Amino acid sequence: MSALLEVEGIRKKYGQFEVLKGVSLQLERGQAKVVMGPSGTGKSTLLRCINYLTPPDAGTVRLDGEEVVPRNLNRIRQQVAFVFQDFNLFTHLRVIDNITIGPRRILGLSKTEARDRAMRELERVGLADKVRAYPAELSGGQQQRVSIARALAMEPKVILFDEPTSALDPELTGEVVNVMKRLASEGMTMLVVSHEIGFARSAADEIVFMDGGHILEQGPPAQLFDAPQHERTRRFLRMIGDQVGDAAAAGEGA
Amino acid sequence: MIWEIIWNQMPYLLHGLWIALQLLAALLSLGLVLGLALALIEIYGHWTLRWTGILFERVFRGVPAVVLLLLFYYGVTDFIEMSSFMAAVLALGLRSTAYQSQIFRGAIQSVPQGQMMAAQAMGMGRARAVGWIILPQALRHAIGPWTNEFSSELKATSLAYVIGVVELTRQGKYIVSSTQGNVLIVFGVVALMYFVVNRLGNWALYKFEGRITVPGFERRAA
Ligand SMILES: Nc1ncnc2c1ncn2[C@@H]1O[C@H](COP(=O)(O)OP(=O)(O)OP(=O)(O)O)[C@@H](O)[C@H]1O
Ligand SMILES: [Mg+2]
Repeated sequence: MSALLEVEGIRKKYGQFEVLKGVSLQLERGQAKVVMGPSGTGKSTLLRCINYLTPPDAGTVRLDGEEVVPRNLNRIRQQVAFVFQDFNLFTHLRVIDNITIGPRRILGLSKTEARDRAMRELERVGLADKVRAYPAELSGGQQQRVSIARALAMEPKVILFDEPTSALDPELTGEVVNVMKRLASEGMTMLVVSHEIGFARSAADEIVFMDGGHILEQGPPAQLFDAPQHERTRRFLRMIGDQVGDAAAAGEGA
Repeated sequence: MIWEIIWNQMPYLLHGLWIALQLLAALLSLGLVLGLALALIEIYGHWTLRWTGILFERVFRGVPAVVLLLLFYYGVTDFIEMSSFMAAVLALGLRSTAYQSQIFRGAIQSVPQGQMMAAQAMGMGRARAVGWIILPQALRHAIGPWTNEFSSELKATSLAYVIGVVELTRQGKYIVSSTQGNVLIVFGVVALMYFVVNRLGNWALYKFEGRITVPGFERRAA
């Protein structure tokens, strides 16, 4: 059986500058992969190419064996949720309506079905008491958890996360990471761009290290963090080294 | 004496005001519908449409209202039968279209790009995303500047005087000439009537703005 998400030879240029120089990766059902790499390396571009928010210049994306093309794009996107760095909750809608709008308007669920589903997902991210709030009334961490609930309510096959915690204060990062860890353990298929070493170590099946528009190396967290093959990977890990040390210590404790 | 004249002539003034309000409602509605369409075309449209839209907007913003009124009344009525009221609705309504398109364009563009991205990422087509996500937010941004447009256009209805629409200003003029009434007092009363309608309209629009405001869209200082 083929992988749930197959990304093959993605290339993307902005002007003369080739951001992605042929990136391929697979995501098995239930797998969580974390993508890391220096800033400007094309991680966000890769995620946006996968659901064609930025159409790639070359390469293919397959979900469940079906190739993504302009014609089926909206149907595929219903199954590939996206969680943004800066949340992008719909500002004019209450939390509940942010979550029900997709199931109701796009999936065609009834009002009560959509509502039940929204409540279920809100409970899952621990925010059932915020149904009536507007996004501007929530903390960053709460907003990101609502946006995860919004993603989950579409019952997607895979969720793409683009640095979901990097707009958050350190003390708010934990609540979002915990939600993501639980999703991973429940078998959600996830592709996560993140430098949260704690999450990567404990929840990821594989780490993908990107540099200069390529995937430089990938492997299980233990291998990639403790015995990286490439000097560039080592240098990058040293750079975010404090976190690695902390996470390693935490990991040993667990 | 003069107050007695004013009192006796009040039904005419009120009728003039009523015509002015009808003109205002018609031209603002025309401008709202076409202005919104023009804004959407300027932002999302094909470049040829966009180009045509921009040209339209430049022309109608670049020509004095009185000249437009004369053009529509004396120019266009040569080809199409049209009352002076209709000519005024078209001239001022198309001019308002140009102004309102700029209000809506600015409002739509002030909605952060991430909103469209998030909508599209969940599988919402662009047109639906505009209708469900972008416009509801843009209209909240638009209502402040739109209040200005309301005030300007209320005052602009008095220009329809030049093509013979018997609105409030022309009624005032009739009263002055038929009764040898005091110009200062008659037009003072006319001015007061415009002023009161203006304040009432602004008050209602602010009230409406308050009702649709949600956290994150607090009314900006006017
Ligand atoms: N819309 C765009 N137009 C032009 N250049 C772009 C655009 N989007 C991204 N780039 C460029 O492409 C490169 C990769 O950007 P991208 O956002 O994918 O990097 P990233 O790996 O996500 O970085 P970060 O860790 O800082 O988020 C950068 O050099 C960026 O300047
Ligand atoms: Mg990025």
